Amino acid sequence: MARPADQSAAACLVAALLALPAAAGAQTLRPYAIVGDAIPEPLTTTRGDVARGRALVVERTSTCILCHSGPFPEQKSQGDLAPSLAGSGSRWSEAQLRLRLVDASSLNAATIMPSYYRLDGLQRVGPSWRGKPILSAEQIEDIVAYLASLRE
Amino acid sequence: MRLAGTIVAALLLADAAGATEIPTAERRSGYSFMTPETQTIQDDETANPGLLWALDGEALWKRKAGTADKACADCHGDASTSMKGIAAHYPAFDKALGHPVDLGQRINLCRTDHQKASPLAYESRDLLALTALVARQSQGAAIETGSDPQLEPFIAKGRELFMQRQGQLNLGCANCHDDNWDKRLAGSAITQAHPTGYPQYRLEWQSLGSLQRRLRACITGVRAQAYDYGAPELVELELYLMSRARGMPIEAPAVRP
Repeated sequence: MARPADQSAAACLVAALLALPAAAGAQTLRPYAIVGDAIPEPLTTTRGDVARGRALVVERTSTCILCHSGPFPEQKSQGDLAPSLAGSGSRWSEAQLRLRLVDASSLNAATIMPSYYRLDGLQRVGPSWRGKPILSAEQIEDIVAYLASLRE
Repeated sequence: MRLAGTIVAALLLADAAGATEIPTAERRSGYSFMTPETQTIQDDETANPGLLWALDGEALWKRKAGTADKACADCHGDASTSMKGIAAHYPAFDKALGHPVDLGQRINLCRTDHQKASPLAYESRDLLALTALVARQSQGAAIETGSDPQLEPFIAKGRELFMQRQGQLNLGCANCHDDNWDKRLAGSAITQAHPTGYPQYRLEWQSLGSLQRRLRACITGVRAQAYDYGAPELVELELYLMSRARGMPIEAPAVRP
C-alpha cells in the first residue's frame, strides 16, 4: 500500500512522462545574429563538410532539388522554380548563404524559399514536423560549405 | 465609381495574397501537361484504367442496398441519361445541411437518406466506382460549379485556404499552382490545379482516387497537417477549384502521372 508521499511522487512521474513526447519533439534553435543580409557566425562550432553538404542537397527529403537545379548531373529530377545552385559560391559569401538558408523570408517576405532554421510564424505544421526546423544547424553548415564551394 | 473601387479592392486583395490568378484564356487542363503516351491512356477506352471503376459502378448502380432495399436505378433509372451533366455542378449547396457537399458525399447522402444504408468509406472501391460512373456521364460537359449564389461564402473560404501558407515548408497552393504552374517541381510539371478529371487514375497511385485524396497529398507535401476526409475545408477547396475551372470540359475519369 503506497503512502500519500509515494503517490504524489508517482503522480509527478506520470505527469512528467505524459509531458515527455511534446518536450522531446520540440527543439530549441541555436541563437544567431543577422548583420546586414548575412549571418557571419557559423551556427556550430565545427566547420561544415562539403561532401556531406552535397549529399544533403541532392537528397530529396532536404527539399533543395525540388525547386533548384545544380551541378549534379546524376540527379534526373531537378526543379526549375528557383535559380540553379551552380556558381552559388561566386555570387554569395558563406555568411550570406547561411541567412538565405536559415530564413530567406527575412530578406523577402514573398519568397517561396522555406526558412530552413525557423520554428515561429508557421501555420498548421503536421505532427511529424512540429517543433523541428527543416534542417539542423549541422546540416545548414554542411550545405553552406558545399554551396560556397560551387564556383564559376 | 463603385465598379472602379471594387476593381481596386480586388487588385489590392490579389496583391496582398502575393498571387496572380490565372486569366480565363490561359487556363489549361492537366491533360495538356502530359506526355502523348499518358494522354493516349486516358483517351483510349480500352486502356483507361478508370473505366474499370465506372464499370463496377454500373453494377453497383443496379444493386439493391440498405433497409429500404432500393437500388440507385430504382429512383434514378439509367445513369447515362439521369446523371448526364450532374457532376459538372459539384460540389453543390445542400439545403438541408446548409453547406456544400461534393459528389461522393451526395452519393453517401442518397445512401443514408433514401436507401437507408450505411455510408461508403472515403476512397473505398465502391464509393469511387459510383462516383466514377456518375462523373463519367458529364464527360465533355462544361464545369458549372459555383453558379449558385448560396455558395459564395464557401468559395471565398476555399480561395482563402488556397492562398494561405501552411506547414513546415510554409507554402500555399497558390505559390505553385497560380504563380509557378509553368515550372517543374523535381522534374514534374506543376500544372494549374484544375480538377477536371476526378475521380482520376494516377499512375503514381496505381488506383483511382478522389480530389480530396489529391488535396491531402499536396497538404502533406508542404508538411502541414492534412484535413480529415470530409472536412469542410477540403470541400471548400474542391469548390473553389471547380468554380475556378468553370467552363472547362470534364474529363472524368482522367489519367494523370
